[in-house]
Amino acid sequence: MRSDRLAEHFLELIRRASTVLPPDVVEALRKGIESEDEGSSAASTLELLLENSRQAREGSTPICQDTGALYFFIEYGPDFTPMEIEKAASDATAEASARYYLRPNAVDPVTGKNSGNNLGDGAPNFHLTARAEKGLRVRLMLKGGGSENVSIQYKLPEGRLKAGRDLDGVRKCVIDAVYAAQGKGCSPGIVGVGIGGNRDTSYTCAKTQLLRNLGDTNPDPALAELEAGLFSQLNGLGIGPMGLGGRTTVLGVKAGKLHRLPACFFVSIAYVCWAYRKAFMTIEGGEASYDWD
Amino acid sequence: MTGIKLPVSPEEIRALKAGDEVSISGVMVTARDAAHKYLVETEGEDVRQVLDGSMIYHCGPVVRKDEDGKYSFVAAGPTTSIREEPYEAAVIEKYNVRGVIGKGGMGADTLAACGEFGSVYLSALGGLATTLARSVVEVLDVKKLEEFGVPEAFWVIRVENFPAIVTMDSHGRSLHDEIADLSRVNYEELLEGT
Repeated sequence: MRSDRLAEHFLELIRRASTVLPPDVVEALRKGIESEDEGSSAASTLELLLENSRQAREGSTPICQDTGALYFFIEYGPDFTPMEIEKAASDATAEASARYYLRPNAVDPVTGKNSGNNLGDGAPNFHLTARAEKGLRVRLMLKGGGSENVSIQYKLPEGRLKAGRDLDGVRKCVIDAVYAAQGKGCSPGIVGVGIGGNRDTSYTCAKTQLLRNLGDTNPDPALAELEAGLFSQLNGLGIGPMGLGGRTTVLGVKAGKLHRLPACFFVSIAYVCWAYRKAFMTIEGGEASYDWD
Repeated sequence: MTGIKLPVSPEEIRALKAGDEVSISGVMVTARDAAHKYLVETEGEDVRQVLDGSMIYHCGPVVRKDEDGKYSFVAAGPTTSIREEPYEAAVIEKYNVRGVIGKGGMGADTLAACGEFGSVYLSALGGLATTLARSVVEVLDVKKLEEFGVPEAFWVIRVENFPAIVTMDSHGRSLHDEIADLSRVNYEELLEGT
C-alpha cells in the first residue's frame, strides 16, 4: 500500500476515535440513565453527555478537549513493515492535530515545550505485533490526562486496605481506586484491572482490558464474577456522574491477569473517563474498514 | 438558573449557594497548570486587569486558527481542578478573582479563600467539550501562547450563557466534600464485606 494512502486511513481512524463515541459506551450511558431517578441531576448530566457526543459526531469535533495520548495496538502481516506503519501513523497524528481532531498534547518534561503536533519521545505510543496473516489490524485508544492521573498501581498485601494476595484483595484495591478518583477522572468511568505481571506489564494488561467491548463477558469465570461483583459494588458507592452523586459511578469493569513472580503481586488500575475514545481499523487487500470491536 | 454577568461583585457571589445552577456571560480567562504557577510567581501583568472581578476557567481547549488569524474554540470542557489547589487561594486573593470553574472540586485552602474573599468554585460538566465550546462566542486575546502551548496558555474569552453548578460556595459548603463523606461510608462497608 502506498504510504500516503496508509496515512489517510490512519487519519480517518484518529478522526473517528476523537469525534465518535463508541456504540457500547453510548449503550452503557443509556443504561446509566435508566438506573437514575427520573428528573434527577445525575440523569440530566448523563443526558447532556450523550447530547454532547451527538454534537461532536455531527460536527467532527472532539468529544472531549483532552484528546489524550494516542495508543496504537497493531498486528501486522508480512506485507507491512513496522517502519512504514509507524511513519504513516505519525504523519496522520500530525495531520489530525492540524485539523483540530487532536489537541497538541506532547509536552517535553525538561523544557516544558509543547511539540505542537502530538509527536515526541514516546508519542504516539506503539504496541506492534507481527502475525502470519497478511494485512493490518489497528486498535487505537485516546486516553486523557485526568483519567491517567487517577490510574494507580497497588502491591499486595496492602495493609491500609487489609487486602491480601487473592481476588478479594484485588477487589479492595479497585474499590479504593474508584473511591479516590471521585469526580476527578470524569465519572462514570470504565475500569481496566491488571492482576499480576510486573510493574510495566501489569499496567499494560490493565490498559488493554479497556479495548474489550463493554458488553462482553470475561471467558475466565473467576474474573467474570469479579467484574460483575465490582460493577454492582462500585455503582453503590454513591459518587455518581461527575462525582456529584448518583448510582452511575462506573460503566464497566474489565479484568485481566498475567503470571507473576512469587515475590510480587501487583494490581494495576487503568481508569478511563466516560468519554472513552477508541476506534479500530482493519486493512485487507488494500481496503480499510472501521469498527469498535 | 441564576444569570451571572462578568465582572461580578463579591456581594453577588456571596448570594450564591452550593447547588445553584448558573448561566455565566462576559469575559473570563482560561488558566491551568503552567498559568497558575506563573500567576503566583509573577505579578501576572498580562492578565491582571482582565482577571479583576472575573473568573478563571480550568480548561485546555482545542483552538482553531482561521486563515485571517482569528481564533475560535472547537472543544472546551473543564480540566481537573485539584492540581491547582497549591496555588488557587493565593490567585483568588492576589488577582481579585470571583470564581473558579473546573471539574472535580478543590480543597480546604480554596474553600477558605472563597469565604474570605467572596468567591465560588463552579463545576462544569467534564467532557462536555463540544457543547461548552458553543458557549464561547469570541476569543478576544491569548497570552503566553508560545511559552505555554495551546492547552496551557491564557485564553481571554467572551462566553454567553455558559452553564455551571456552584459546588463550593463562600459560606464554607462544598458538595464535593459532602459526596466524599457519603461515599466514604459505602466505601468502608465494601472494604469490610466480601
